[in-house]
Amino acid sequence: MFHRTIGTAALGLAIMVATGISASAQIKIGAVLSITGPASFLGDPEKKTLEMYVDDINAKGGVNGQKLKLIVYDDSGDANNARTFATRLVEEDKIDAMVGGTSTGSTLAMIPVFEEAQVPFISLAGAIQIVEPVRKWVFKTPHTDKMACEKIFADLQQRHLITIAIISGTDAFGKSMRDQCVAAAPNWGITVAYEESYGPRDSDMTPQLTNIRNKASLQAVVNTGFGQGPAIVTRNYRQLGIDTPLYESHGVASKQYIELAGPAADGVRLPAAALLVAEKLADNDPQKPVVVAYSRAYQQRTGEAVSTFGGHAYDGLMILVQALQRAKGADRANVRDEIERTKGYIGTGGIVNMSAADHLGLDLSAFRMLEIKNGDWTLIPEAKS
Amino acid sequence: MAEFLQFFFSGLTVGSVYALVALGFTLIYNASDVINFAQGEFVMLGGMSTVFLALGGIPLPLAALLAIVITTAVGLALHRFAIEPARDATAVSLIVITIGASIFLRGVAQVIFDKRFHSLPPIFGSEPLRIGGAAILPQSLVVFGGATAIVVLLWLFIDRTLLGKAVIATAVNRLAARLVGIDTRRIVALSFAVSAAIGALAGVLITPLALTSYDVGTLLALKGFAAAMLGGIGSALGAVIGGLVLGMLEAFSAGYLSSKYKDAVAFIVLLAVLLAMPRGLLGRGKIERV
Amino acid sequence: MNVQSLKAHRFAGLTIIGAIIVLLPAFFPSAYYYRVAALVLIFGLAAIGLNLLMGFAGQISLGHAGFLGIGGYSVAIGPTYFGTPPWLSILGGVALSGLVAFFVGRPILRLKGHYLAVATLGFGVLVTIILTNEAAWTGGPDGMTVPRLVLFAWRVHSAEAWYWIAAVTFLFGAMLALNLSDSPTGRALKAIQDSEIGSSMLGIDVARQKLAIFVISAIFVSVAGSCLALFNGHVTPDVSTFLRSIELVAMVVLGGLGSIGGSLMGAIVLVVLPQALTVLHEYEDMALGLILMGSMIFLRKGIVPSLTAMIGGRRT
Repeated sequence: MFHRTIGTAALGLAIMVATGISASAQIKIGAVLSITGPASFLGDPEKKTLEMYVDDINAKGGVNGQKLKLIVYDDSGDANNARTFATRLVEEDKIDAMVGGTSTGSTLAMIPVFEEAQVPFISLAGAIQIVEPVRKWVFKTPHTDKMACEKIFADLQQRHLITIAIISGTDAFGKSMRDQCVAAAPNWGITVAYEESYGPRDSDMTPQLTNIRNKASLQAVVNTGFGQGPAIVTRNYRQLGIDTPLYESHGVASKQYIELAGPAADGVRLPAAALLVAEKLADNDPQKPVVVAYSRAYQQRTGEAVSTFGGHAYDGLMILVQALQRAKGADRANVRDEIERTKGYIGTGGIVNMSAADHLGLDLSAFRMLEIKNGDWTLIPEAKS
Repeated sequence: MAEFLQFFFSGLTVGSVYALVALGFTLIYNASDVINFAQGEFVMLGGMSTVFLALGGIPLPLAALLAIVITTAVGLALHRFAIEPARDATAVSLIVITIGASIFLRGVAQVIFDKRFHSLPPIFGSEPLRIGGAAILPQSLVVFGGATAIVVLLWLFIDRTLLGKAVIATAVNRLAARLVGIDTRRIVALSFAVSAAIGALAGVLITPLALTSYDVGTLLALKGFAAAMLGGIGSALGAVIGGLVLGMLEAFSAGYLSSKYKDAVAFIVLLAVLLAMPRGLLGRGKIERV
Repeated sequence: MNVQSLKAHRFAGLTIIGAIIVLLPAFFPSAYYYRVAALVLIFGLAAIGLNLLMGFAGQISLGHAGFLGIGGYSVAIGPTYFGTPPWLSILGGVALSGLVAFFVGRPILRLKGHYLAVATLGFGVLVTIILTNEAAWTGGPDGMTVPRLVLFAWRVHSAEAWYWIAAVTFLFGAMLALNLSDSPTGRALKAIQDSEIGSSMLGIDVARQKLAIFVISAIFVSVAGSCLALFNGHVTPDVSTFLRSIELVAMVVLGGLGSIGGSLMGAIVLVVLPQALTVLHEYEDMALGLILMGSMIFLRKGIVPSLTAMIGGRRT
């Protein structure tokens, strides 16, 4: 057994070293993603997207004449593992840049490694702390949860619904967005009158929703969470016959939510990236070509409905590739500078304009407000602000 | 009142899920003293296999049946290749083996299935029944009914058939059972098979309510194990009662106390019960040799 | 074999391990290896702690990662909210873990076998729930940043430095554990493992000894948790989950219950293997599960005792 471990480890090391030696002409991109574990709902589409597009780019000749080499590690949603793999990417695999960090916890654990090694890091996690305060080598592509809250609040304001309840998942995504919403609410004249929460893997939320139903004076309910939670909340909501307007979050992320929630999802509103309504965008919408192309490609190659989390990975990769092209090489400092100079990049998440003070580059217009009607997404016309 | 009833229905729904998983734990423990942490994966396999077989074009009832058969085969394989060879290992070693098995099965599910959530159509439709101002989905009653039916069937099996009596004999004293000619290896294999079948059936019944994905097994195993111990491991009725009590505790804490701490309340009560009744609610006392 | 040579034999093992630890870095090409090795030593320390409870006292705990959490968050909360320096916070974590272990252990150690298992499981789950929900103190599911350890004005942050700190801590802990196993407490624990009723007839205060070892094992794990958090610079609630507790149990059982060297072996397998198995990509979990099952089936007593028995030529 001991010999077997040494043997396997030696084999693994040999493979790593061999790939390291042969790859000197390649641009190495590292990715630490949560492909298994509680965040696999996010990490899996991210991995599939990165692999798909790295293959595509290589088939077309690579970047600056060099092929891309993608090195993916699975942190299983554990920040300690993420940190170890980050060290491995920097020290062993000697990557030129990193696109990854599915969750905020993993990202925060890895940031010190990349900052110290001076490797550009484009994170795929949601929390605002990743880019506020701005760190020199850290960028991100997903909208912050604060933006999602503000988009929801703008819509609530327009409908004159100002007393709300929040029901949130106790996972990092749900909690982080709940915190941002509670903090931002006063600025929009919204009162969070009541709160409930549920575990991300719970199977029944009727007790919490019963309490919400019994609170008179609530005008709307906002559910922050991702994965199966929102689907079950939505089903339970209709099961209990609650007709107060329900808002979901961008954690819902794909058409599968509508499939799972069924007819209960009708009338639900949520902020989402244009990716979810690709085909329904106006023909002159600048995002339309990008999102339609990505959406079709993803669906065709994986057989699964497109996911906004995969979209963030797409944006991260493309921003990096364009920065590599502008930098005409893989020198890390130049690439970092070029990432920071990203202007007018049209992606699945929105139009990105980065700067030294803004390592995200999206504004509220990057979110579209959607409503579910007859089992499909529809765009709500933009509120005049 | 309507509120109380709604919490009660929620507890019934969730509790029936735990009860079915706990039954699986109890069955195997009874025949072999093994705590099978892969029990949760049986539930996952039942649900996920049905989903994927149905997606592949097989009609739903047949898909469910096939899924149960496949999972039963997995249970038998687990016994034959992992538990049988290690039958004289310590209890802790066996726990680690079943944990290894659960990791393995989860790994296989990752590769064969996918990482998304899936549902199945409910058997009696998704219109809730309105009773006393509260709403309960017909599927919840199906799950509860399933758990009850299985307990009754098990009782009949144990009480009325010779094979059932052989199972009890093996549980009470293995050596004595072998001395009277009972093939204890077959009995243990049978217990694994039946537990796997129950787990798979649970998966099929639960999925329309709680959805399924490749990693639902872990949390279910944890709660199912807790429920089985709460009810007193070794008693099938105890497993069901333990499951229902755990579900009720969660629902009522979420409703009346704090939804953030509902799981905490359930576990604190579990600890309190075990301290007051060290054998669980219905557990039998054991005669120990000094 | 007489008692003297047995003792020498034990400490010889420790000396050999110590020598390997000192010489190994000569083979480390990069900081990555230092990091993995440091993690092995940190988890090895935790495994020794759990081994004291499971291997020597014959009890089981499915919630010991809760103490990893207590130790880890002490070094986050101490400096952030109380301004205590990290080294003092480590001691704070030790004190807190000891107290919690004392008050939790007293009632639940009356339980036996699987009932004790589920009670400790409940404890671990409770710790995780508190760490996840009390965001005002713990930063919630995203966790907290942990300020760097400062030893005599030297700010420790590199993987190399942590390797040596982890090594010293591990060797110290291993020595303590070995001394414990030879002491009256250790012998009392072995007697308790064989027969609780018998040993209480001999005058051993069974409850007190079990509680003492529960507290000591909690302290070992707490120190490991503090080191882990300080090393990473970040701590999240998933350091104390059920899965982590299971990982610790697997390390102890895999390596060999009651064997200090076995605990290190178990840590090596469970820390290095996932790193080595990344070449298998999506088959990694399958491989890990198979290896765990296979090791337990074929090396029944754990890696180190089985190998020692084979080498020693004795059939057990």
